[in-house]
Amino acid sequence: MQNSEIIKTENLDKIYPLGLTTLKALDKITLSVSKGEFVGLVGPSGSGKTTLLNIIGSLDSPTSGSAEVLGQKIESLSHKQAAQLRNKYIGFIFQTFNLLPVYTVYENVEFPLLLLGMNNTQRRKLIMHALAWVGLADRADSKPAQLSGGQSQRVAIARAIVKKPEIILADEPTANLDAENSHHIMKTMVQLNAELKTTFVFATHDEKVITYIRRKITLIDGRIEMDERKP
Amino acid sequence: MLILKLALRNLLGAGLRTWLNVIALSFSFVAIIFMQGLYTGMNDQVEQATIKALYGGGQIWQKAYDPYDPLTLPDAHDIIPEYLKILIDKNQATPILIRQATIYPQGRFRSILLKGIDPQQNILSIPSPMLKGDQEIIPALVGSRMAKSIGVQPGDQITVQWRDTHGTFDARDVTIVEVMKTTVQEIDNDQIWIPLDRLQTLLAMPGQATLIVLKDNVQAPQHLAGWEFKSLEYLFEDIHAVVRSKRIGGSTLYIVLLSLALLAIFDTQVLSIFRRRKEMGTLMALGMTRTAIIKLFTTEGALHGILAALIASIYGIPLLTYIARIGWKLPEATDTIGYALGEKLFPVYSTGLVVGTTLLVLLATTIVSFLPTRKIARLKPTDALRGKMS
Repeated sequence: MQNSEIIKTENLDKIYPLGLTTLKALDKITLSVSKGEFVGLVGPSGSGKTTLLNIIGSLDSPTSGSAEVLGQKIESLSHKQAAQLRNKYIGFIFQTFNLLPVYTVYENVEFPLLLLGMNNTQRRKLIMHALAWVGLADRADSKPAQLSGGQSQRVAIARAIVKKPEIILADEPTANLDAENSHHIMKTMVQLNAELKTTFVFATHDEKVITYIRRKITLIDGRIEMDERKP
Repeated sequence: MLILKLALRNLLGAGLRTWLNVIALSFSFVAIIFMQGLYTGMNDQVEQATIKALYGGGQIWQKAYDPYDPLTLPDAHDIIPEYLKILIDKNQATPILIRQATIYPQGRFRSILLKGIDPQQNILSIPSPMLKGDQEIIPALVGSRMAKSIGVQPGDQITVQWRDTHGTFDARDVTIVEVMKTTVQEIDNDQIWIPLDRLQTLLAMPGQATLIVLKDNVQAPQHLAGWEFKSLEYLFEDIHAVVRSKRIGGSTLYIVLLSLALLAIFDTQVLSIFRRRKEMGTLMALGMTRTAIIKLFTTEGALHGILAALIASIYGIPLLTYIARIGWKLPEATDTIGYALGEKLFPVYSTGLVVGTTLLVLLATTIVSFLPTRKIARLKPTDALRGKMS
């Protein structure tokens, strides 16, 4: 594992207006993640895991404090710059898979590469490689509606890894899967992390996922309660 | 190019929803072009028939003549000037003398126009050669509407009474030699046509006429003392006004049809935003910019219009061409409303009409697609991913 910091936050606050009051989702979060780490943000529902993940993924911006991802300050990025950061360097995996329903598996995985402007030959090679990685090369022409939950999540993983991003952010990736599929998905991600040195950050409260992660950051009420590394 | 590719992929991927919209929109294309073609055809048909039967290449009126004021008729005659006689001799013009007269069908009094026309003329499509010959009788032509109205047929005699140039009442029996079928009611209703020279003699107006009809493409003389040249533009002013008002009336249906189609597109786009906001969040997470998403959804809407134009051309071109060839049968009552239309109306589809309608529909479709899509610009990625509208 390298020591270069790829994600760094300092005194990160996120406050949401809630009617006449406010809700502090993140409270003075300071952490750093190095390249190639396999990190889990764990904690109960409402502890701020997804909010932190969204800020790291430049989908949201902090109320105060700073978040730096790959040397870019999230709070000062324009919409366009944030989109470019996500497009080039970040892959997302969602709890509900978020596959594009009218596209085939192949087209879903192709989408990030189209945005990167790759030519057809390059795209085809990378897509088939990614699908082979997740064991779905034979389902390239299927539509998401024809896939099981586990298969759909594997397509989402293929879509996230196809462009070989620096960081993959996974929000409750196993929440909608049974135990067998959850383990399969996690093993796939461990393997990816080992082979591609991609940094993984999970938001999860699934015990099955927690057994795979090598660094566990526990969040309670928007604060870091514990930051443990497995030996 | 990427946006177009993705929009097309989304559109085709949406399957039935897309095709329903496209087919509905294609109906609008075809209906709008057909309806506008009918009005253009009506205009052309009325113009052509009226030119052939009545206006020729324009008319020169004796200055007192006003077709809408029968009180002008006693004074609306004059000796045909020499320069017009030259045109008449060269068969480039034909004179018509008009006088108010009275007939008594079934013992009833009825005011008519007695018109004299040269039996040799071939400028107007009136069957004037039927008036040649027999000096024993006064041969007369009437239109089929007039014949039906007064209950006459060829061979029947009618007593016609008039006042000559001195104001003296006179009367003669005229013999119907032909009942002419014409779509132009201005040469039919309440009119009896007899040979010009006979009418000039009966009215004591030798060498006189009320108006001169010019042959097509004959230049009107420059100096017309006592006479006035009336161009086709002037003569068709009323007909054009009527067609214009009909076209505006027809536009209501045009607007309703177009609005329905656009509403379908608008509805689809609005529904898309609500149904697909999670999808938009995903697109944002994958790195698509807001501008690109707006472009994508607007292009999707605009492609509806393009696909509709293609579909419309597949069935619309043969259908509209077929109707233009066989004509659109008009109801019986059309004959009574004053248009020279005949039994069938032949639509005319100009390039301008087709291109204009296509561009209008495409522009309108793009606008109604863009309007709801603008809302996406305000959507926060995190809200979109949660399926919320911010």
